[in-house]
Amino acid sequence: MTESRPNAAPQGAERSAGATISAFPPRRSFLARFQRWEWMLVGLIALVVLLNSQLSPYFLDARNLSRTSSDFMEIGLMMLPMVFIIITGGIDLSVASNLAMCASFMGWLFMRGVPIWPAALAALLLGALGGLFNGLLVARVKLPPLVVTLGTYAFYRGVAYVLLGDQAARGYPASFTYIGQGKLPGTLIPFSVALFILLAIIFGLVLHRTSFGRTLFAIGNNENATAYSGVPVARIKIIVYTISGLMAGLAGLVLAARFGSTRPDIGVGLELAVITAAVLGGVDINGGIGTMGGAVLSLLLIGLLRFGMGLLNIQGQVQGMVIGLLLILSILLPNVARTLSLRGGSTHQRGRLATAAAVVAVFVLFGLFFFWSRAQVLGAG
Amino acid sequence: MSEPILELKEITKRFSGVEVLHQVSFSLRPGEVHALLGENGAGKSTLVKVMTGVHQPDGGEIHLNGQRVEFNAPHASLQAGIAAIYQELSLFPDLNVAENIFVGRQPTTTGGRLDWRTLYREAEQLLSSLGMHLDLKQKARNLSIAQQQMVEIARALSINARILIMDEPTSSLTLTEVAELFRLVRRLREDGAAIVFISHRLEELYEIADRVTVLRDGTYVETREMAQISRDELIRLMVGRTISNLFPKQETTIGDVALKVENLTLDGVFENVSFELRQGEILGMAGLVGAGRTDVARAIFGVEPPTSGRIEVEGKAASITSPQQAIDLGLALVPEDRQLHGLIPPMNLVANISLPMLASYSRRGWLRAKQERDAAFQAAQQMEVRANNIWQRARELSGGNQQKVVLAKWLSTKPRILILDEPTRGIDVGTKAAIHALMSELAGQGLAILMISSELPEVMGMSDRILVMREGRVTAQFTRGEATQEKIMSAATQTIAAGETR
Amino acid sequence: MSAQHPPARRNNLLTLVARYREAGIAIFILILAVLVTLRAPAFLTLNNFRDILLNISILSIVALAQTMVIITKGIDLSVGSIIGLVAMMVAFVFKASPEFPVVLSLPLGMLLGATLGAFNGLIISYGRVPPIIATLGTLSIYRGLVFFYSQGTWINSFELPAAFKQLSKGTPLGLPNMVIIAILFALAVYYFLNHTRTGRNIYAVGSNAEAAQMAGIPRQRIIFLVYVLTGLAAGLAAVLWVSRFESAQTNTALGFELQTVAASVVGGVSISGGVGTVPGVLLGALLLGMIDNSLPLLRISPFWQLALQGLLILTAVVVDNLILRRSQRRGRR
Repeated sequence: MTESRPNAAPQGAERSAGATISAFPPRRSFLARFQRWEWMLVGLIALVVLLNSQLSPYFLDARNLSRTSSDFMEIGLMMLPMVFIIITGGIDLSVASNLAMCASFMGWLFMRGVPIWPAALAALLLGALGGLFNGLLVARVKLPPLVVTLGTYAFYRGVAYVLLGDQAARGYPASFTYIGQGKLPGTLIPFSVALFILLAIIFGLVLHRTSFGRTLFAIGNNENATAYSGVPVARIKIIVYTISGLMAGLAGLVLAARFGSTRPDIGVGLELAVITAAVLGGVDINGGIGTMGGAVLSLLLIGLLRFGMGLLNIQGQVQGMVIGLLLILSILLPNVARTLSLRGGSTHQRGRLATAAAVVAVFVLFGLFFFWSRAQVLGAG
Repeated sequence: MSEPILELKEITKRFSGVEVLHQVSFSLRPGEVHALLGENGAGKSTLVKVMTGVHQPDGGEIHLNGQRVEFNAPHASLQAGIAAIYQELSLFPDLNVAENIFVGRQPTTTGGRLDWRTLYREAEQLLSSLGMHLDLKQKARNLSIAQQQMVEIARALSINARILIMDEPTSSLTLTEVAELFRLVRRLREDGAAIVFISHRLEELYEIADRVTVLRDGTYVETREMAQISRDELIRLMVGRTISNLFPKQETTIGDVALKVENLTLDGVFENVSFELRQGEILGMAGLVGAGRTDVARAIFGVEPPTSGRIEVEGKAASITSPQQAIDLGLALVPEDRQLHGLIPPMNLVANISLPMLASYSRRGWLRAKQERDAAFQAAQQMEVRANNIWQRARELSGGNQQKVVLAKWLSTKPRILILDEPTRGIDVGTKAAIHALMSELAGQGLAILMISSELPEVMGMSDRILVMREGRVTAQFTRGEATQEKIMSAATQTIAAGETR
Repeated sequence: MSAQHPPARRNNLLTLVARYREAGIAIFILILAVLVTLRAPAFLTLNNFRDILLNISILSIVALAQTMVIITKGIDLSVGSIIGLVAMMVAFVFKASPEFPVVLSLPLGMLLGATLGAFNGLIISYGRVPPIIATLGTLSIYRGLVFFYSQGTWINSFELPAAFKQLSKGTPLGLPNMVIIAILFALAVYYFLNHTRTGRNIYAVGSNAEAAQMAGIPRQRIIFLVYVLTGLAAGLAAVLWVSRFESAQTNTALGFELQTVAASVVGGVSISGGVGTVPGVLLGALLLGMIDNSLPLLRISPFWQLALQGLLILTAVVVDNLILRRSQRRGRR
């Protein structure tokens, strides 16, 4: 439904009169349905693995890989429903705040003597409620998702602060911290990774193999026509945002378990990592296009990149820079290529060149100043 | 006769390989209203967009005042004095009336500061010289369509446009508003402006146009003096054949009442709409655009449920608050706007056709791909959709084939009541005939069909009975035998007080 | 167009509501002020008022720029990171050469910020990357540059010249310089948006991009420009930030983008473009600043601040939507 078929010309209308759809096309094999972008991601992953294993002997170490993989599972858990939401043409900026609200709520209950598992269950429910609230505002009140979830981004994080203040909830029992720190018995596979893989498969199947998943694409491509076709659009959106809240809650439990404690600033900024992973995975921010496989591959790419850079002692924020650049390039490069191929000899070429040169000069000057002023201070000591 | 101000010579235009204009010539003189006539899809809009520089021709020449010109952008033609008022209005809803007139070239003082006082004064002068009375500080968002059109005309005149192109300017106007518009057009003509006027309403063209150029299937047919050509001849030039065999509704046995609507009202949109629709019957719904016909269809189908009134489906009272319920009751709606409401253009034919019936192609939520594909293939084949294969995206098909996909989608729901909103708008003659034949056949099988159409010949040719709406009310009902173009038009345009309700 | 309800009257009522959107916030602010004063008389003192103004100066500057972006249907999530980077660079300049003319720090910051904004503008307008994605990317990139630039070091108060620290706080004209700069900036934006053709083109592009193109408005250039201006404003804010808080840290202005969007949205700027006024945004910033200010006076835990901010945003959009929806009911065919 969403696969691009560049060779789909010429138009049906041009074919000889009377000819209609003549035959079934052969059913495409699994690999053929794999899209260009996903192959690109696979290639990038291979490149990263190759480079890193050359650069650091610790890269292909199973223990290291096992440890680092669990660092990305909260992002992954929230990314799964984010793919759903973005495909419907929405966005959820509140996931990381919801995560903090849930984790803090659990900690708050736990500190007041509620046993951990009931507290965790309550936190999950709260997460789903938070998602439901987003969904109602988006689907029933019909507010733009960006503003709604920006509001709840502040609100949910605020609730986390109200609950815990400057305290940290800690002392979780080992049975609970297992979901964030433990490994499957007899293996190096962290429990959280196994959980993610299981859920990724389920989310992928739901997206690509069920009528529910199909309607998500339909909504993202043309919400009106989908509603005219009898699809309960509002209800589906509410469900999707609620799932997002629930998964944010789950990610909150996993993160709290991994840290062994909860502070209200837990998971700050993760929403951006989540959206980055989804978009880098080929999910169109305008809705209607995307695959779960692409998103999971991009999460893997981001994880390996960050892990590799970490081994090279590159700071976390600088790693983020590389990911941000990758995100922009993944959308910019195809656009630029299309523009260049469309534009032949334009009459404005000379003016454009001058402008381009000026812009480049400005950036170069900025760069020179950047390194010069930096050397002035850091060089001096 | 004066020299032409604008001449298009053998213009050819292709879109992704498909030729939509083939060596079309067109000549416009100052001080004339020149009608551009043709069926939907004949190439009128494309020709207009070539004149205004939105599209660049692939062949042919444009001459302005005897000079060869090339417009590579819309504002280039604007600067040359060609302004267009499109069907989809191009105002800025958040800017006020005065600013909309001058946007992009607001008067400034020598320091570069906007001169609001001059702007308002000039806007005031312009509007009053045109006899328009509008609040200059009103946001365009809050204007009626007629008022918005006036602002567009004022904008065109403010740049001293000598050539004004009006693409179906009357389609959304009331009769008094049309009269107002024509007064304005005549005045512009007297001032020496050249006006290209596109309209489907022939009687309007006889009223306002001096000459007419007819296009058909992207080719130039003929240019004639309006006063010297009969209506029948015009229609013949447009469709290329006589009109009688275009609308082949066969006699069918009319069965029980399938859909009964009583006093249906949607506050502020339509009120007290009542009618009956029987099995095997085609009920035509005529009226001007904006008369509320589409809204009635949407209300019956549950897209926007009515505020009051009663709907009975096959003898049982039905409360329909969502399209899903309507589908379950055996209703189907082929909406007016294919791109917006009918299709999901970026998705393939299978997904498009199966969408309303996804539940029946899945088991416990899991899609059964083969079943879905087979059903879609069958539906597409039945409708004789021309496409490479069923995995082709809907947006790659021609308008007619897209409409066939929409029909395939809705017929695959096995409806007993079919609502068609402008079923043949913007599609080629061949497909049009095919759709008419299909409607006739479906009615023969006992389907109840409600057809909304703004094309009088279509309404009169296809319908067993005709309902006419005006400003949210049913103003007349005719049987096939009683109906004439004149009767329908007067019911659609004149006040109810005239008393032509049966 | 239904005959039975002449639209004119309802129009007037609606335009009244819409036109006085600002008045609505102002009244809300007044009511809040009265309530807070009743509970905590310390609120209604000149000193406290000056505190509030000082606190919202930086926010107002960036929020006004953010507003221009939102009017074009865009969003700039990178402003916090631009502030962080420019703040660090300006602080480095002063550490390296304490005799650097203090007055020049303002144009320097604006220039640096505008360059970063130009990068955003390029990829959004000419590269056609959706604004949210582009600035999400540069949010990380610019923040990463802060770390790369400083190698994680901070610039502290003692490393900055006293004259520079006084730049924001000095009161030669009665009000702190920073407040005066913010007022001047607001006036400049007001003039630009309402009294220049380019400013009006920003509204035109946001209101109907296609029609703007038809009218010969250089759409891409306008979009490029608003991001440059936002970068410039963030750069200006960065200089004031360092001067006021007397330090530049790697996490300076982290998350600040949210507050700028919040001030805009609360001030009546529509995320769907075309709508927004300078007074509205200033009132929005004032409301946010007042809430922050009054919480400690009311002895409410400062931890409520964020939650209240969120609720405020949600309330503002719901109210705006109700107004809009009523106007759309009327606008039906």
